[in-house]
Amino acid sequence: MELTTVWFVLIAVLWTGYFVLEGFDFGVGILLPLLGRDEADRRTVLATIGPVWDGNEVWLLVAGGATFAAFPEWYATLFSGFYLPLFLILVALILRGVAIEYRNKSESSRGWDRTLFIGSLLPAFLWGVAFANIVRGVPLDADHEYTGTLLTLLNPYALLGGLATLSLFVLHGALFLTLRTDGDLRARSAVMAKRLAVVTLVVGGAFLAATQLSGGRPATWASAALAAAGIAGALLATLRGRDGWAFTANAVAVVAITVTLFGNLWPDVMPALDPANSLNVDNAASSPYTLTVMTWVAVVFTPLVLAYQGWTYWVFRRRLTRTDHGGAHVV
Amino acid sequence: MDVLDLSRWQFGITTVYHFLFVPLTIGLSVLVAGFQTAWHRTGNPTYLRMTKFWGRLFLINFAMGVVTGIVQEFQFGMNWSDYSRFVGDVFGAPLAMEGLMAFFLESTFLGLWIFGWERLSPRVHLATIWIAAIGTNLSAYFILAANSWMQHPVGYRLNPETGRAELTDIWAVLTNSTTLVTFPHVLFGAFVAAGTFVAGVSAWQLLRKRHVELFRVSARVAMAVTLVAAIGVSLSGHWQAQIMTEQQPMKMAAAEALWEDETSAGFSIFAVGDVENGRNHINLQIPYGLSLLSTNTLDGEVEGINDIQARYESIYGPGDYRPVVGLAYWSFRLMIGFGMLAALLALAGLWFTRRGRLPAGAWFHRIAIAGIALPFLANSLGWIFTEMGRQPWTVFGLMRTAAAVSPGVDVTEVAITLVGFTLLYAVLAAIEVRLLLKFIRLGPEDETEKPSEDTTPALSY
Ligand code: HDD
Ligand code: HEM
Ligand code: HEM
Repeated sequence: MELTTVWFVLIAVLWTGYFVLEGFDFGVGILLPLLGRDEADRRTVLATIGPVWDGNEVWLLVAGGATFAAFPEWYATLFSGFYLPLFLILVALILRGVAIEYRNKSESSRGWDRTLFIGSLLPAFLWGVAFANIVRGVPLDADHEYTGTLLTLLNPYALLGGLATLSLFVLHGALFLTLRTDGDLRARSAVMAKRLAVVTLVVGGAFLAATQLSGGRPATWASAALAAAGIAGALLATLRGRDGWAFTANAVAVVAITVTLFGNLWPDVMPALDPANSLNVDNAASSPYTLTVMTWVAVVFTPLVLAYQGWTYWVFRRRLTRTDHGGAHVV
Repeated sequence: MDVLDLSRWQFGITTVYHFLFVPLTIGLSVLVAGFQTAWHRTGNPTYLRMTKFWGRLFLINFAMGVVTGIVQEFQFGMNWSDYSRFVGDVFGAPLAMEGLMAFFLESTFLGLWIFGWERLSPRVHLATIWIAAIGTNLSAYFILAANSWMQHPVGYRLNPETGRAELTDIWAVLTNSTTLVTFPHVLFGAFVAAGTFVAGVSAWQLLRKRHVELFRVSARVAMAVTLVAAIGVSLSGHWQAQIMTEQQPMKMAAAEALWEDETSAGFSIFAVGDVENGRNHINLQIPYGLSLLSTNTLDGEVEGINDIQARYESIYGPGDYRPVVGLAYWSFRLMIGFGMLAALLALAGLWFTRRGRLPAGAWFHRIAIAGIALPFLANSLGWIFTEMGRQPWTVFGLMRTAAAVSPGVDVTEVAITLVGFTLLYAVLAAIEVRLLLKFIRLGPEDETEKPSEDTTPALSY
């Protein structure tokens, strides 16, 4: 494989990791005010992601940094072109992070819950909008500068993409909560997950169909089908009370959707409406030397990261109960 | 104001803001790890209470460091896209390494530390805070390597076809002479900040005679750290000045308001300059000071602004190669001044608390509390000096700031984000300060009263 292709795949892997992991953080943040009936519930809900959310977010930072290093043109065009949506995402991520860390340390936790809700909702929606636009193509000039406006990005297909990721991530969060909590909260999460699975199957299915009908490849038809099967599998497993399988099936769906999007993209990284101006893995890439250096770094450190992050999930594998967090003596 | 000015303000504000939290994170992570180690070794519960008290303040600060850092990662692409296109090949590498090698470590292991008190064995738990602290310091190294490349580009070539800089030697970038002196300077600066913070907060408690033993120990450890770090900052700053004289003579000349080449140059303490005509009205000096600082000899030659300007015009073509001289001059002086005042405070504090004593009366406590601001000012001014002193260059000698800005972003967009980020930061700063004050007031918990329930995360939530 060419190094440029290796890096295309690696960046797809980083985004996949980000969506699989941060996806449930977003979902949990959105569900917190909806599923938490009282303060003990809400603390339990939040505690499921407490130890891991920051590590999950780093997948995004590394995806950004790796894009900068491996495809500087892509990094420059994408982030200056999607300027205002990215600003909104950043503001939301700031609010979300502060809300998670400060909620239980402050007096007015309800205000923070609303902040966390918005801060999770916006990126869950906007990442879908952004990726739908990337795959569909945007207006770029010969210097690879984005020439559209904010409204160009808010087209119906992209909005559908936003709804698809939003429902997918909320579902992911509900399945995560079903897996990580116990008692009444778990039961309510499971009910929520069932409903969401149906919604996601419809919205996500529509988005995938639209994507495949306008430029799908044979291979990505397979991954799109796998995504749909994953969501359906999550629904079935939830109905049977197999929480672990349900979460795994939906994680597979998240992976498959990301694979579908990146699979349709390659060898472009940012197609332009005028194909002559498209950015692809060749004209956006760094020099072979940089790619070689970065490949070594990635080969050594990615498995290490996976190992210790995996260990974290193992350490915190036990289901959380209300009494764990009922006493408000801790901050 | 055009896109360039607004982008510069935005970058300056977000980055200086980020760096208010960074030094405290760097320094406190190690101090907290140290306290926990002391508890682990001695079993003395005071150290455990110290670990938890300072650990909580550390976490409140860390959260802000994280969320402001996210903006940094993306703003090169957002506001400086032509810069990103030009340098991505070289500059992206350390940034990506920072994420993969350092941010993952620090955030994952900190999560383990916060929630792992009862889930991990004491040894493993102790290891998690040390690994997080190492990750934090490692992240500083990589980002400073990236920044040093902008001060002093090495290990690259210009590709004539694409007009871009390309990496040719990653090792040269990671061992850039500028990085090797900047890294210790920034780390020591961070320890001055953390030490002064801990000492100041302890003074607040001691003033109220609360938990006297715990905070006396904290204060003394912190003041010792401050003092050692201040010596480190001075030595590394001295090396930096020498390297800077060689690599960016204009910055040094501006820092000293030195207009003409001079041998046996004095170190200026107070000057009133006339930038238009390139001279000073008033200039109080320590004789030989500058030559000594920048060349290690009493009669070394130091270049002046007017001469460097003429030289640069012949190398780089017509243009103004002078940074804002007044700003460089005063930020350099005040960095040193504020930092050294913090060191003095620590020295005095160690004297007043010698052999079990406490300072009589309230005045010294009050000064120590106010003194918390000193190293934060020094750190911010140090960066303002480093970055503004490099102007008009973004990458020294290769790319001007005016050529770095995003061509596709318009004034309205930058204005929206500039105002948005600034307002958000102002609100968050108020919240963070309120929280810090709340938990400072609350004081350390009594560890014996805590219910030892298996799954209760001890520090947060
Ligand atoms: C000398 C140190 C230093 C400097 C100059 C900078 N940072 Fe920083 N940064 C840190 C030292 C640090 C840290 C100590 O590692 C932080 C602060 C608090 C924290 O959580 O980690 C951090 C956090 C932090 C994060 C969040 C990491 C996480 O989620 O764990 C990002 C993405 C960045 N930074 C990126 C940047 C960029 C792109 C900078 C350049 C403009 C920058 N930082 C300047
Ligand atoms: C956290 C410490 C830092 C502070 C406080 C800081 C401060 C500043 C300030 C005040 C400016 C504005 C200068 C001007 O507009 O005249 C600036 C510009 C800039 N700095 Fe830094 N900086 C820091 C770290 C970094 C690092 C680590 C990098 C790169 C890795 C960097 C890259 C830049 C760039 C690209 C610009 C924009 C171009 C320019 O205006 O010169 N800075 N910085
Ligand atoms: C005798 C005392 C000091 C000297 C001689 C000194 C010297 C220097 C020099 C020459 C630079 C610019 C380097 C460059 O642009 O290439 C610098 C930058 C800086 N200084 Fe200092 N400094 C001193 C004290 C301090 C103190 C006390 C602090 C903070 C507590 C501090 C924090 C910084 C920071 C954060 C920077 C910017 C980052 C960097 O370029 O290293 N300095 N200092």
